[in-house]
Amino acid sequence: MSGRVLVGVKRVIDYAVKIRVKPDNTGVVTDGVKHSMNPFCEIAVEEAVKLKEKKLIKEVVAVSCGPQQSQETIRTALAMGADRGIHVDVSGKDYENLGPLQVSKILAALAKQEDAQLILLGKQAIDDDCNQTGQMTAALLDWPQGTFASEVSLEGDKINLVREIDGGLEHIKINTPAVITADLRLNTPRYATLPNIMKAKKKKIVTVKPADLGVDVTSRLEVLKVEEPPQRQAGMKVETVEDLVVKLKEAGRV
Amino acid sequence: MNRALNKSNLKHLTGLLQRFQSTLVIAEHNNEKLTPITLNAITAATKVGGEVSCLVAGTNCAKVAEEISKVKGVKKVLVAQHDSYKGGLPEELTPLILQTQKQFNFTHICAGASAFGKNLLPRVAAKLDVAPVSDIIEVKSSDTFVRTIYAGNALSTVKCNEPIKVFSIRGTCFEAAPTEGGGAASEEVSASSPVGISEWLKQSLTKSDRPELTSAKVVVSGGRGLKSGENFKLLYDLADKMNAAVGASRAAVDAGYVPNDMQVGQTGKIVAPTIVAINKDPEAPIFQVADYGLVADLFKAVPEMTEALSK
Repeated sequence: MSGRVLVGVKRVIDYAVKIRVKPDNTGVVTDGVKHSMNPFCEIAVEEAVKLKEKKLIKEVVAVSCGPQQSQETIRTALAMGADRGIHVDVSGKDYENLGPLQVSKILAALAKQEDAQLILLGKQAIDDDCNQTGQMTAALLDWPQGTFASEVSLEGDKINLVREIDGGLEHIKINTPAVITADLRLNTPRYATLPNIMKAKKKKIVTVKPADLGVDVTSRLEVLKVEEPPQRQAGMKVETVEDLVVKLKEAGRV
Repeated sequence: MNRALNKSNLKHLTGLLQRFQSTLVIAEHNNEKLTPITLNAITAATKVGGEVSCLVAGTNCAKVAEEISKVKGVKKVLVAQHDSYKGGLPEELTPLILQTQKQFNFTHICAGASAFGKNLLPRVAAKLDVAPVSDIIEVKSSDTFVRTIYAGNALSTVKCNEPIKVFSIRGTCFEAAPTEGGGAASEEVSASSPVGISEWLKQSLTKSDRPELTSAKVVVSGGRGLKSGENFKLLYDLADKMNAAVGASRAAVDAGYVPNDMQVGQTGKIVAPTIVAINKDPEAPIFQVADYGLVADLFKAVPEMTEALSK
């Protein structure tokens, strides 16, 4: 048992930034815009580091797919407590077209190469909102998947999970090795302290290319255009509750 | 050469191609009743063009199969029953769907973008080596879909060139298919062999007589301003008068005022109501998007509104 956990981390436009659609409608403006680690990925890293602190796993390896700047995201994971990083170098058009299908193939290949026991991912990225990578990685490895996890506990060679579902919560038990995707309430990610940020500079990040892992990053999805949604206009202000009820009744809403 | 590609021939060809589309809708249910989002998924499937079949897998789902066979637009209902389908585990359902795909050769596979559908479809897609398209809000054609990105701050029109299109649909963006008027044939399909790498233990569902959030026409939603879980009673009382569902912002859920399944928003449930905002801050950003806005203290205004609706 390697006791090794792979954590995938994605570099995305910071959640607080107000995004702008490019005037030519080919995408969203990313140049010069603040980027950070996807919030759900932070939760995944935190969970992995917690497992290591509890001595339930031995090593946390942070993985990110993207251009050179993805290394900054890996460094953040290292500062939070991950042991080493793997940067899968994808840039230019390949990076623009990179999606969950390609990333899951990369993660599956790395899981085999690194003999990982567990893959921890965020449930979705806040840029594409796909919510697919964890499920697809599990499928490619024929591993069970514990998605939208709000509680994780290791019990022997199995994992007990509480998942957030539409009507409330669901309890499942899955075998290891497994893929888990983190939901909002799984934990509260720690801030990287300055000493840990300094320590992280000494941790190793290795760069590989998708081709080294036998993965073809061609995408068969084509984004035809990206547009702003129809603007939701401010409606009317009413002065009193009575007014409001009258208006709602008129509109047939009550 | 040019003659073959004129407008009317192209239309004819598209029509022909459409007739060869066939979509498999994966039904979501609890063995007793069909989950409403499946009806929205069936509508989305009919927009793709071609035949619509529905797969019902469960431990004892004859009742649900019967219900689906009456839904307008469904041509065939495929039923698979086995104990291993308890809880709708994706590890168990995926081989069944792959088996069904192999047998019937669908061009499209879809389901509602609920926790069930979002958990399951990408696993199926990966096994078919295709990129799925999640949470679509519009079907533009049999290979082009619209979806939101950046929490709905942008719309992306995606063309899928995969041989099999796997997609999940946002329930609030498609009408529910009529539950009468259909006359689908039912067919049993053999259950797949149990996989056994995951086990469903139990669900703790929040019991509610109120309408379900994602399909409710009216949602009364509360935020951090409610200050406590008890204060949410004000909203429940109002919601009862309006036959509305009750939702909450992430802040209210995180503060522990209400359970997680009430969360609305980017990573919670996406709802499509008319927005009525009650906020004591006239500069509150919600007023920029609300259909109706009332600047007032909610602790006065909400009980007043409940009272006014009781008349």
